[in-house]
Amino acid sequence: MTRLQHQLNQYQLTVAGENALMLYFDQRIDPVISALVQQACTLIRAELAEDIIDLLPSYASVLILFNPLSTDHYRVQAQLQHCLAHLQNSNQHSGKLVELPVYYSTESGPDLALIASTKNISVAEVIQRHQAVSYRVYAIGFAPGFAYLGEVDPLLQMPRLATPRAKVPRGAVAIADRQTAVYPAASPGGWNLIGLCPTRMFNPAAEHAMPVAVGDEVRFVAIDKAEFLRLGGELPELELPKLECSGTKP
Amino acid sequence: MSGFTIIAPGVLSLIQDSGRFGQGALGLTNGGPMDAPSAAWANRLLGNHSNATLIECSVGGLQLRADTHSYIAVTGATLPLTINGKAAEQWTAHKVQPDDLIELGMVTKGLRAYIAVAGGFTITPQFGSSATVLREAIGGLNGNKLRAGDKLSANSIDKLQRQRLPARYRPQFNQVLTLRLIEGYQAQSFTATERQRLYLNSYKVTPQADRMGYKLSGSAISCQQTQLLSEGICYGSVQIPPDGQPIVLLNDRQTLGGYPKIGSVLSLDCALLAQAGAGTTVYFTPISPEQAHNALCLAKVRTAAISSQLVSL
Repeated sequence: MTRLQHQLNQYQLTVAGENALMLYFDQRIDPVISALVQQACTLIRAELAEDIIDLLPSYASVLILFNPLSTDHYRVQAQLQHCLAHLQNSNQHSGKLVELPVYYSTESGPDLALIASTKNISVAEVIQRHQAVSYRVYAIGFAPGFAYLGEVDPLLQMPRLATPRAKVPRGAVAIADRQTAVYPAASPGGWNLIGLCPTRMFNPAAEHAMPVAVGDEVRFVAIDKAEFLRLGGELPELELPKLECSGTKP
Repeated sequence: MSGFTIIAPGVLSLIQDSGRFGQGALGLTNGGPMDAPSAAWANRLLGNHSNATLIECSVGGLQLRADTHSYIAVTGATLPLTINGKAAEQWTAHKVQPDDLIELGMVTKGLRAYIAVAGGFTITPQFGSSATVLREAIGGLNGNKLRAGDKLSANSIDKLQRQRLPARYRPQFNQVLTLRLIEGYQAQSFTATERQRLYLNSYKVTPQADRMGYKLSGSAISCQQTQLLSEGICYGSVQIPPDGQPIVLLNDRQTLGGYPKIGSVLSLDCALLAQAGAGTTVYFTPISPEQAHNALCLAKVRTAAISSQLVSL
């Protein structure tokens, strides 16, 4: 049996609440499992459309929420087993490829230098390695539009900050462990900041509120400051070291 | 368009409909009234659609002025309600006309009151709902809580059969609650002893209780599983963080989370918990998914039966 076939037969259904079932695949961050999660969502939407209130896909699981006054756990479970029998071996990315521009610099990414010195590589190499791989959108949550992307080059793996920042600006490109993300809005945050992305990750006014969905592939592409500003990026006010300017102070 | 003007917003007043559903893939939570059954009664007393937009006023203090002919009903937490200074009964539809001042005092029992108007407030929905979620800055008026001077549109309605919910059918907000828990999620990662610990001990509502979740304090529950990939969180999930103190996750909960969960509280009981202030004593009791299903279906039948016994005024 191949590893993938093994997983196909190894999903698990667990009660989560009065109108909720959890579908679990293996408890691992793995593109093959993520592809199964995505496929399962498509199959479940088709099979259970009328009774489904929402689906919450994540790394290796899907939370299925149904209307408890129109169906019940038994019926939903039977329908899930029926439709999940159609899960297929697939290593294909069925999502789209999205390129996100990033202005990497010590000005826009205050933790770049820290990562470089911790890993004993140059800032340029941190930037190069972050762009070198394509990332999968494993989950969206925490805040509207916050996409968990993986996996980051092991050399760039960084723990979360011991003390989270009170304010991370909108568009901040960040690393935590082997995950990377773009902050969709200004918020507190404990990830390591390496640049700024001018693309709005969550725009409630737009027809498509988010440029990415779970299962998509993301590539980061370096841009310079002028391009960043041209694309609508805004440099947040940074706390700069206080300089004594001759002429303005005694 | 005329409607109502907020004179004073009180402690926390939010525009809500029944909630935002089907947007979990964007990371958007549900929102909606914390005590959904009480909110539904406010709409039902006025003959509104069950998803009509109303105001959730937490702790009290809301004052609004009618700028049009309409009807109002205030349900949920008990508080002094006056119209132009004259006492008015809760759980009852009242006629209002332009320049009438509607005042909600501070709650005396329960925590959240609901004020509905005939036809509902006219609020442009965002992602299919008018529900305000402050953390997401979504819904309501530009994602904000209500502020003095806010204008809320509503249709002018000057003919409606007034109705009242008989007192015996109104919810009691007790100082001791028993929350029915459907075991699930990582329940098997808690030993039988730990689960019994949850059911045999009482817990207290702490001041860390808001629209996102209610943190309880009491005998700490330990979980054998500590590593968990982030996964979807349903309404009422009981999360056990490393300190062992349960958190019941409610309307504005995060969509994904990585702490172990022992199961989920029945929605009917979550609504009562949402009316409980700090210090309220809480017990958990396990029920099966079948018992939960029965309870929900019975509640629906009961509501329909009571709806046919409303007192016409």
